[in-house]
Amino acid sequence: MGTAAIGQCMTDSGDRNPSVEISLPDEAATKSLAGWLAGKCRVGDILALEGDLGAGKTTFARAFIHALGGGEEEVPSPTFTLLQIYELPRATVYHFDLFRLENPEEAVELGMEDAFAEGISLIEWPDRLGGRPGGALPGDRLEVRLEFGPEETSRTAWLVGHGGWATRLKELRGLKDMTLE
Amino acid sequence: MIVLGIETSCDETAAAVVTGGRRVLADEILSQLEEHRPFGGIVPEVAARAHLENVDGILARAMDEAGLGFTDLDAVAATGGPGLIGGILVGMMTAKAIAAVSRVPLLAVNHLEGHALSARLVASVEFPYLLLLVSGGHCQLLVVEGVGRYRRLGTTMDDALGEAFDKAAKMMGLEYPGGPAVERAAANGDGGRFALPRPLKGRPGCHFSFSGLKTALRHTINGLPPGRLTGGDIADLAASFQTAAAETLVDRTANAIAEFRRLHPHLHAKGGATLVAAGGVAANRFIGGRLSDLAEKEGLALVTPPPHLCTDNGAMIAWAGIERLKLGPAGAMDGGLDFAPRPRWPLDPDAPPVMGAGVKA
Repeated sequence: MGTAAIGQCMTDSGDRNPSVEISLPDEAATKSLAGWLAGKCRVGDILALEGDLGAGKTTFARAFIHALGGGEEEVPSPTFTLLQIYELPRATVYHFDLFRLENPEEAVELGMEDAFAEGISLIEWPDRLGGRPGGALPGDRLEVRLEFGPEETSRTAWLVGHGGWATRLKELRGLKDMTLE
Repeated sequence: MIVLGIETSCDETAAAVVTGGRRVLADEILSQLEEHRPFGGIVPEVAARAHLENVDGILARAMDEAGLGFTDLDAVAATGGPGLIGGILVGMMTAKAIAAVSRVPLLAVNHLEGHALSARLVASVEFPYLLLLVSGGHCQLLVVEGVGRYRRLGTTMDDALGEAFDKAAKMMGLEYPGGPAVERAAANGDGGRFALPRPLKGRPGCHFSFSGLKTALRHTINGLPPGRLTGGDIADLAASFQTAAAETLVDRTANAIAEFRRLHPHLHAKGGATLVAAGGVAANRFIGGRLSDLAEKEGLALVTPPPHLCTDNGAMIAWAGIERLKLGPAGAMDGGLDFAPRPRWPLDPDAPPVMGAGVKA
């Protein structure tokens, strides 16, 4: 199991959108971060997964779904279908992938509003919703941004708390230097 | 026997009229109409509203082309899943309305079954046969034992190959859809210049994984000198990617042929085994060539439906309906007017699940 080192928690009280930087040396670390976050999530939560092609967004989502009790679920990439739904013991997970969307209006017809209310939503390529204030991307969300690290297998995760997640993310401060198993 | 087929489960709004004698009387696909090709490519119809706006027009064109009225039909077949629920609902509701008003049976067809049986619309392919279904949304190896009887040998653990082509094209700055763009760019490239992985090659089993190949391509591009990629770089990247994809596909399909042979030894003894390659990626000529070499080496006949039947279309849905009707009561599908759309609808519900095990590319 990989370890994920949490560093540089920039969670000042004056920071509107506090962020946490997490170093992920390998894919196993990405998965353990996802599994750990899955344990912190509840119905109504929205995770916006950002990052370039190949950064590990779907890998993150797959580990998240498996950690929520979907260990027997196949979790294919939702790029083509735009949405895969997993009815898991603790919650229904809506796994969106908006890569192919061209207009934010198209997302409305995917039933995103209902998904946001009824389950835990994982959204890949959330920028397709339009990043402007008042856009379709809800104000309460945890942004999980995956960036390529110095090694081929390594990544850096940025967790950014928006809305209610700002407070919840600050609770992570206590986890500084903790090892995620 | 005449059946109308309606397909609205993903990007395409399509309708076709097909006879039991394999005659396609009409085959209308929205994205192939001139006025819907503003950029020369496929316009994704992801929104249910788009299907709703277009399905009546496409239906009218298909019925006009066939020169028939709804009461001339023996059945209406519509895709009942898997796919996007909104689109499926539009197709199913339309088909139900026609069935109810014209008093003809309604058949809810599995979209994947449409692909699986499409080879039999264009060639005399006997059951059982081995099917490689490789498209933007699916990457599976199945033994087609008969209508409604499928044994899944392998599937992708992460990305479908068509999706990997689209994303590779995006990384190289090529247009959408990525499959034809990568194929064109690769034509003048050196497939040996960049060492890309062949995920799972040499390993037992028939599953696929293409996520690692995609990521490796990203790292390869990032390792090139900064700035815009040169035409030569793009050609070599495309050729290297296409070669890696083809070698992986051939390796997994070879394992599936061995498994198919084990399941049906008599078929191979008399030399009547067939490999069907369907789905949009099967239209890639480089990949088709490699599959053809493999089939020849293994002593199988290779059947690839023409490109317009490989991508999503209404004819394959109509044909799957005909295959069901021909079986009589034995081919009857659950549902009829009560059928509820199925966003998930595996062809082989008994297949053991495959985990995205983080395949090291």
